Amino acid sequence: MGEFSNLEKIARDLRKDILIMLNKAGSGHSGGSLSVLDILVALYFGGIMNYKPEDPEWEDRDRLVLSKGHACPALYAVLAKAGFFDRDLLWTLRKLGSPLQGHPDSKKLKGIEASTGSLGNGISQAVGMALAAKVLKKRYKVFCVMGDGELQEGIVWEAFMAANHYKLSNLVVIIDYNGLQIDGACNQVMNINPLKDKLEAFGFRTYEIGGHVYKNLIDTLTTAKRNVISPTAIIARTVKGYGVSFMANRVEYHGVAPADEELEKALKELDNGV
Amino acid sequence: MEFKATREAYGKALVEIGKIDDKVVALDADLSGSTKSAEFRKQFPDRFFNLGIAEANMAGVAAGLALSGLKPYASSFAVFITGRAFEIIRQSICYQNLHVVLCGSHSGISVGEDGGSHQSVADIALMRSLPNMKVIVPADYNETYQAILSSLNMDGPVYIRTSRAKSPVFMQDEPFEVGRSKVVKEGKSATLFACGMMVYLALEAAELLKGGGVELEVVNVSSIKPLDRETIYNSAKKTGRVFSLEEHSIIGGLGSAIAEFLTEELPIFVHKIGLEDVFGESGSKDDLFCKYGFTKEAIAERIKEKLNG
Repeated sequence: MGEFSNLEKIARDLRKDILIMLNKAGSGHSGGSLSVLDILVALYFGGIMNYKPEDPEWEDRDRLVLSKGHACPALYAVLAKAGFFDRDLLWTLRKLGSPLQGHPDSKKLKGIEASTGSLGNGISQAVGMALAAKVLKKRYKVFCVMGDGELQEGIVWEAFMAANHYKLSNLVVIIDYNGLQIDGACNQVMNINPLKDKLEAFGFRTYEIGGHVYKNLIDTLTTAKRNVISPTAIIARTVKGYGVSFMANRVEYHGVAPADEELEKALKELDNGV
Repeated sequence: MEFKATREAYGKALVEIGKIDDKVVALDADLSGSTKSAEFRKQFPDRFFNLGIAEANMAGVAAGLALSGLKPYASSFAVFITGRAFEIIRQSICYQNLHVVLCGSHSGISVGEDGGSHQSVADIALMRSLPNMKVIVPADYNETYQAILSSLNMDGPVYIRTSRAKSPVFMQDEPFEVGRSKVVKEGKSATLFACGMMVYLALEAAELLKGGGVELEVVNVSSIKPLDRETIYNSAKKTGRVFSLEEHSIIGGLGSAIAEFLTEELPIFVHKIGLEDVFGESGSKDDLFCKYGFTKEAIAERIKEKLNG
């Protein structure tokens, strides 16, 4: 058993939850939820974030803004596991009256820090939260998880500029770099590279790591928390649909939920650790 | 008669609420000298943030500040803060029903020489269409000052529209109540609902009409959303003839709000006076007001025509 086998086990279970949720909902974003999951597991269960599920509005908590809101099934699964709400609620995803909206809604669900979904909106709100910590003299950190395709939105760069201008060292941006977006490969739809150079030019201390390797994630996030000079960016190289062989790196699964037979096959794979 | 610009009241009131509540923070997008938020910066440099020429991010940052327990006031020209940041105001501010106050200065064509690119003719329509948003267009300096003070204790998002040009100060300096309209002149022949600096113009037009035997009632509808349905209904019911006057497109603004309401409650003709689905252009405020029909003579004439027609 490796050092992070507990996190790997959690992630395996939550991947199953995500797929079941999506299957029951009959729609939703499978690929991005599976690619971002390990990042969220590292943040919530790897000792990185301070939070109290029993007191979700605890003022000194660290904040997580899922700017790529469409990957919320992963966040919902993580929040349930962390104890923010009952796991049974997961099966109401996208149903009328459910607090688990198709995209995260801070008004409806405890643990959601900001409503997101329209891309690029999360990072500006995260910058606002990080700025507020300075005004209020709080020591909390703000983690903003973004998609790579999302970086095509202009507001993202406005927000990055502001993060550097106000030296928001309490802001950590993690980019779920899976290389795919709805219309195809990011770099064919609209090239975002050279990404590391761009982020560094915008004043971010930037790391590039494997986004499914817990040692990398935990070490880098721990270092990022200690940065008192500048905002941090972590380009986490991930695989869209990670953990399910027939979804991995397949753009077709961006916005599609698994059908019954696909779910069965996927769950079997995850159980067998394929 | 004293003349003052409503944007001056924004700057002054902002400082006042900054003293009352240390959670108040002000944001601007490189126009703090023009919007007058610079007054706040001078007093409270640690609570003022210039976000540069990036209105969309400014709106998102305001949302993040509000989510963290602060009370953000964000300002820019009306045309930019509502237009460039519309999507962010929708998703990050209104969807979460956050208490963020947006101040759009330099509204309408009274901006003057800068021309059509800088003149907002659709900002009321944009802001009014968003769930949770309140829309306030104060009539003068006093009312703007009071509206800003009162905004501190409002819930949810608020859009306040101010102007660059000086205009008569005539409203009582008394507490502002959102959702309340005021009958500023009683009459029985017809009602003219107006907002912003058009209210004073409406009063002047009413004076002109008096000579011809028309007793115009003038109502200051500074709270366009929520609308004071009772006052509007009662006045329309009393006079039976309704006009609206705004320095904004006749599509989606004050006139539309009145018409939408009255079609449901009191079917009646509503004649809208404003910009007739056109953009503005360069010129002095007075020349533009002449060209686009915002003079007491032109307004009185139009009302007379309709009443006689």
